Amino acid sequence: MGLTMTEKILAKGAGRDEVTPGEIVEVAVDLVMTNDVTAPLSIAEFKKTGLEQVFDPGKVVFVPDHFVPAKDIKAAELAKIMREFAHEQGTLYFEIGRAGIEHVVLPENGLTKPGDIIVGADSHTCTYGAFNCFSTGLGSTDIAAAMALGTTWTRVPESIKFVYYGTLPEGIGGKDLILHTIGLIGVDGALNSAMEFTGPVIDNLSMDGRITMANMAIEAGGDTGIFACDDKTRAFVDAVTDKPYTAYDSDPDATYARIVEIDVTNLRPVVALPHLPSNVHAADDVDDMEIHQVVIGSCTNGRLSDLREVADVLRGRQIHPMVRCIIIPGSQEVAKQAHKEGLADVFLEAGAIWSTSTCGPCLGGHMGILAKGERCVSTTNRNFRGRMGHREAEIILAGPQVAAASAVLGKVASPAALD
Amino acid sequence: MQYRGRIWKFGDDIDTDVIIPARHLLTHDPKELAAHVMEDIDPEFSKKVQEGDIIVAGKNFGCGSSREHAPIAIKGAGVAVVVAKSFARIYYRNSINIGLPLVECPELVDEAEDGDILEIDTTEGAIINTRTGKEYSAKPHAPYVQEIVNAGGLIEAVTARVAARKASATA
Ligand code: SF4
Repeated sequence: MGLTMTEKILAKGAGRDEVTPGEIVEVAVDLVMTNDVTAPLSIAEFKKTGLEQVFDPGKVVFVPDHFVPAKDIKAAELAKIMREFAHEQGTLYFEIGRAGIEHVVLPENGLTKPGDIIVGADSHTCTYGAFNCFSTGLGSTDIAAAMALGTTWTRVPESIKFVYYGTLPEGIGGKDLILHTIGLIGVDGALNSAMEFTGPVIDNLSMDGRITMANMAIEAGGDTGIFACDDKTRAFVDAVTDKPYTAYDSDPDATYARIVEIDVTNLRPVVALPHLPSNVHAADDVDDMEIHQVVIGSCTNGRLSDLREVADVLRGRQIHPMVRCIIIPGSQEVAKQAHKEGLADVFLEAGAIWSTSTCGPCLGGHMGILAKGERCVSTTNRNFRGRMGHREAEIILAGPQVAAASAVLGKVASPAALD
Repeated sequence: MQYRGRIWKFGDDIDTDVIIPARHLLTHDPKELAAHVMEDIDPEFSKKVQEGDIIVAGKNFGCGSSREHAPIAIKGAGVAVVVAKSFARIYYRNSINIGLPLVECPELVDEAEDGDILEIDTTEGAIINTRTGKEYSAKPHAPYVQEIVNAGGLIEAVTARVAARKASATA
């Protein structure tokens, strides 16, 4: 019987030839990550184990990104706990100004290699599935255990195969594909499962598009969202690391819990209306929905290609007078490149705010909190009630082009409405 | 373990942002977090909930972020058990890891009403709704998970393992 790529990676981690969905296995981890919100609790729990040293400092990484640059004294204290621990343990650590949002920074630094098993105290750790990793989010105590033991336990997930076929229309990106998929299967449609993204459309999709899709697997309840390793993956990874790796592909006779085929030919740019990522509608079908803020950035859509798409829409245009448009690069590298390419100038000329890299408003941390009754179009990944500020504010999820077009028009709109 | 408590009923897909919004994630102190538990879904909840009460919710409870602050806030508020039709994976693990019992039982959720009194035996997986007298059985944990529960939480289990390793190294 054939195995899926997820099963093969977990079998490798468990030191076995094969594993079966539903069983619980203990696997060796290749990387353990936490951030400024989750690390302090992980560190406190780690210390309870009586161990002095993390299992392997080269495989433990801390990234301050959520409330940084520190939004207040408490946030500063949290980041300090993490910084001091990282320094004392000699682990990997990415300081602001040389880093950015964890899920952008780790791939940029060659830490997400095909076939790796990665756990992070952040639910969007599933992002690295784009690189053929089995990567998944855990809580702080699970991460403390992984830092101590170098292993974690997992229930081997069933795999759901998504096959995207047809002709991808101009202007439809990874965000549209994943929102459409979540709209189709629901926010628990892949609960306790691995989402395997395949098909000719995926073969042609950019790495950034794949990263956006993998990133939101958790919004369908998935353990991870995983892709095969191809030339694009290798080109990305080989440019940032010379460490060896082994990629895993699914066998032709692998078993899937479900196969979902999606014809993309007639897809239109979509948005997810409040308050669930599954509340998906074509952007052009949303009538006159006035907005007050646009956020472009996050681990979902804060990469260079996203910013290029935004700049293409904003070039020579102005942000609507009633809208605040906040554009946040996913990392310092992204920011530097955006400056070199003149993208930052386009944003500033258009009347947008161009900030340093941070999670910021994505989780309602800082840098763009919503007041009661306000509405925001955001390229982030969650539109849960209260996520970006007041519980009576509304978040509408979209891809970068829709977000930029909405910023110009002052209402939910696709770029087609600009002409 | 046996529990008896009044239930507070919630719907489907209760996410970790409404359980404890990010604006309160600047601490992991259970009492501080408990003061804001569920505030974006019911601003009065933290004042109403009593020690030993039980949360009953629909499917996919705890979806969203990995923040362990969510079960810590619920436990800190005195909630003894959370019963749901299903739990999001990370929330499920976090809850087990910190020793907040959870019970999966869709049928009970459908038939329970806000304010009912439940009697729960988590060891036996037996639940009784005292209003109707009806008995339900909970979906048992996987044996691996049950061991973490028996140890009192994950760090307790890991600490025991580390100590055993040290002992065998010096023996
Ligand atoms: S950008 Fe948003 S979703 Fe991504 S890691 Fe930061 S807070 Fe989480």
